[in-house]
Amino acid sequence: MNNNLLEVRGLTKSFGALLASDDIDLEVREGETHAIIGPNGAGKTTLISQLAGNLLPDRGRVRFAGEDITALSAPARSHRGFARSFQITSIYRDFTALENVMLAVQAHAGSSFRFWGSARAERALQEPARRVLEEVGLGARTGLPGGNLAHGEQRQLEVAMALATRPRLMLLDEPVAGMGAEETQRMVGLISTLKGGKTIILVEHDMDAVFSLADRVSVLVYGRIVATGTPEEIRTNAEVRRAYLGDEVAA
Amino acid sequence: MDIVLVLEQALNGLQLGVMLFLMAAGLTLVFGIMNLVNLAHGSFYMVGAYLATYFYQLTGSFTFGALLGLAGTLAVGIVVELVALRTLYERDHLDQVLATFGLILFFNELMAILWGRAAIYATLPDYLSGHVELFAGVRYPLYRLVIIAVGLAVAGLLWFVVARTRLGMLIRAGASNRTMVAALGVNIRLLYTLVFGAGAALAGLAGLMSGPIHVVQPGMGELILIEVFVVIVIGGIGSIRGALAGALIVGMVDTLGRAFVRPMLATVLSPSAADTAGPALASMLIYLLMAVVLALRPQGLFPARS
Amino acid sequence: MNSRTRAIVLATGLAVLAAVPPVAGLLNQPFYLDLVRRIMIFAIAALSLNLILGYGGMISFGHAAYLGIGAYAVGVLAHYGIDNGFLQWALAIGASALVALVIGAVSIRTSGVYFIMITLAFTQMLYYLGISVEEFGGDDGMRLAAKSQFGLIDLNDGNAFYYLVLAVLVLFLFLGHRLVNSRFGMVIRAARSNEARTRSIGFSPYPYRLAAFVIAGAMCGLAGALLVNHTAYLTPEFMNWTRSGELMFMVILGGTASIAGPVLGAFALLLVEDALSGWTQHWQLILGPLLVLSVLFFRRGLAGLLFGKNE
Repeated sequence: MNNNLLEVRGLTKSFGALLASDDIDLEVREGETHAIIGPNGAGKTTLISQLAGNLLPDRGRVRFAGEDITALSAPARSHRGFARSFQITSIYRDFTALENVMLAVQAHAGSSFRFWGSARAERALQEPARRVLEEVGLGARTGLPGGNLAHGEQRQLEVAMALATRPRLMLLDEPVAGMGAEETQRMVGLISTLKGGKTIILVEHDMDAVFSLADRVSVLVYGRIVATGTPEEIRTNAEVRRAYLGDEVAA
Repeated sequence: MDIVLVLEQALNGLQLGVMLFLMAAGLTLVFGIMNLVNLAHGSFYMVGAYLATYFYQLTGSFTFGALLGLAGTLAVGIVVELVALRTLYERDHLDQVLATFGLILFFNELMAILWGRAAIYATLPDYLSGHVELFAGVRYPLYRLVIIAVGLAVAGLLWFVVARTRLGMLIRAGASNRTMVAALGVNIRLLYTLVFGAGAALAGLAGLMSGPIHVVQPGMGELILIEVFVVIVIGGIGSIRGALAGALIVGMVDTLGRAFVRPMLATVLSPSAADTAGPALASMLIYLLMAVVLALRPQGLFPARS
Repeated sequence: MNSRTRAIVLATGLAVLAAVPPVAGLLNQPFYLDLVRRIMIFAIAALSLNLILGYGGMISFGHAAYLGIGAYAVGVLAHYGIDNGFLQWALAIGASALVALVIGAVSIRTSGVYFIMITLAFTQMLYYLGISVEEFGGDDGMRLAAKSQFGLIDLNDGNAFYYLVLAVLVLFLFLGHRLVNSRFGMVIRAARSNEARTRSIGFSPYPYRLAAFVIAGAMCGLAGALLVNHTAYLTPEFMNWTRSGELMFMVILGGTASIAGPVLGAFALLLVEDALSGWTQHWQLILGPLLVLSVLFFRRGLAGLLFGKNE
């Protein structure tokens, strides 16, 4: 027995001649925050997309909570407890922040083949949505259209939508990308409040964020995982330093 | 079944197929490169037919009429691109569909004003009329053979241009990566205008060749256009190869269906039932084929982008 | 513009529509009764199209198919001597829903240009089917044997028929409003706005889109049943591809972001058509470029002008 929530075996995906995922093995333990780092073009987003079910692998298996989910679609994985944020912000720009999150709640609160009652007026959707918006710090912005929020707030909104589906596993693809120092700090703070309660896979370029949040780190280079370990181990791993981190960490 | 009849109908199917290909090639290129859905493509078919008929009557020479008709359609295509469609490349498909729908109304009415609403029967010169004996006992209209030859020649030429020339290289690159072509320093607007004009001329060629077989009248372009959509959906949007395969399949299925569905039904149904169901089924055949292809391969037989 | 002013605008519009029969009677101009009734029937068809086109983002170029099926359901039953209106209309709605289910099941698997072309092609198929069935008049069509019978309401009475059409229009405006704001409506709008996000939060858009497609087809089928009663003539021309194009224009001219927009669009397009065709027989020469210009420069629609951006 083990306490792995997610197990990936031999995951392989190529686009033409480019091998984006090369026989990837990965284990993510229940409750841990597992960061995946790697240089640009290492195949991090491709990996996340295969985990979330947006992209089918060429070969390999993905097991989640003991169940083989390799062939499941993204919506089906969502209902098993996956939630994803995208590298490029993906929200409903014309809907208000509250409506964005209410939709995420709605997807997990009974049938949506209901044609009559107003969804906006449903308290069972509103209340959890408001709670989540408070939790991520958007409590004062609920009525604004998603497209009118600041960049950092849109990223928070994405996390809120992920949270609203009450996931077991969150896949966060560069949650602090393009953020200023202050926004980054707020997002790191937000993710650290989720730590422990949720299992998180975090793809990130910002090394400070990674080393302050991650319990374990896997390093992806040219589609292969070259090392997995605690932040300390990764920091001192000679191969990793050579292959990727280089002087960035030493500096 | 009569083997001579089957052969004759197969040749008719081939002839329809090359016509559809001439239409589909331009439409699919314009979509592949400029990402433009052009409903008014059928209008060029019509304009080609009218212009060629008009110039034939004017000059007394079928060849001159055809050449002037072709040049005229090319010119009309370029003008339409410059005036109306150029601004539509960046718009969504809905806008493109609606705007080019407006163009169809305009062109149909323009032809009606210039040459009347009644159908015109285009004629053939003596040297193109008559039949040839393919082999013992099988005679086939010469003009239809000419259409097949011209169509296949154009298909070959198109293949050569796209596969073997610098222009073709740009066209292929443009279909897969617009920004890259722009980055090569190519005058992309000129390329677009050229491709669009060429597509219009191909449609005009199909139209002017169809004149002596069918009738020339306003609205003639739309009927074939919708069949061309079926061709493109079956073949895969943006792919010349797909357009050729789709055109030949649709041409064959449609022609053979119209010829043989009723007699075949008559062998299992009563003659009167076959008379009712036969034409209905025959006219639906290519659409049913499209549905089957879509169910199996939603991106068509030869998707341009995998 | 807030919801209250919108309600006032809407109520005024409906009051004007309700006043058409007495005013036309007073002026002794039955032509206007006929014209407005026809426009309202197309408005019903256009508002059903907007459910999938505007709210669902599905660019169906084949919505006239359901006008035709609704019309044929009534016409064929009447042809065989069945003139019970309830039965006829139930068949119109049911048959349209069924055909929409089949066409939708195939075409919603695709997207973008494929969807446009496929919906157009399937409608063309039905058009040719209508042409090739000689029993029901084929190419030429046939006279409607008798108008739908509803007991108390007599469709031969121009005013009664007019108010029935108006009632259906109001009912559909209300139904449409409920629908797009329901859970179901939120899902189809979400799938239109951002499909990847919608899948990630756990919705598979296909069944919702298909259901919307079927609902829109069924509503349009009823418009077809009204239309054939209006023209008293059944013809495959109801399914002509240009009819589908016109319906799209009504939606776009009126504006996609509100339920009432397409109604405005139907009035705008058909009134302009009527005015132009009264002026010259070559009205399409003017209408065509006018439509092109409206697409290029007038993208928000009449409802956008009237109601502002929000729904």
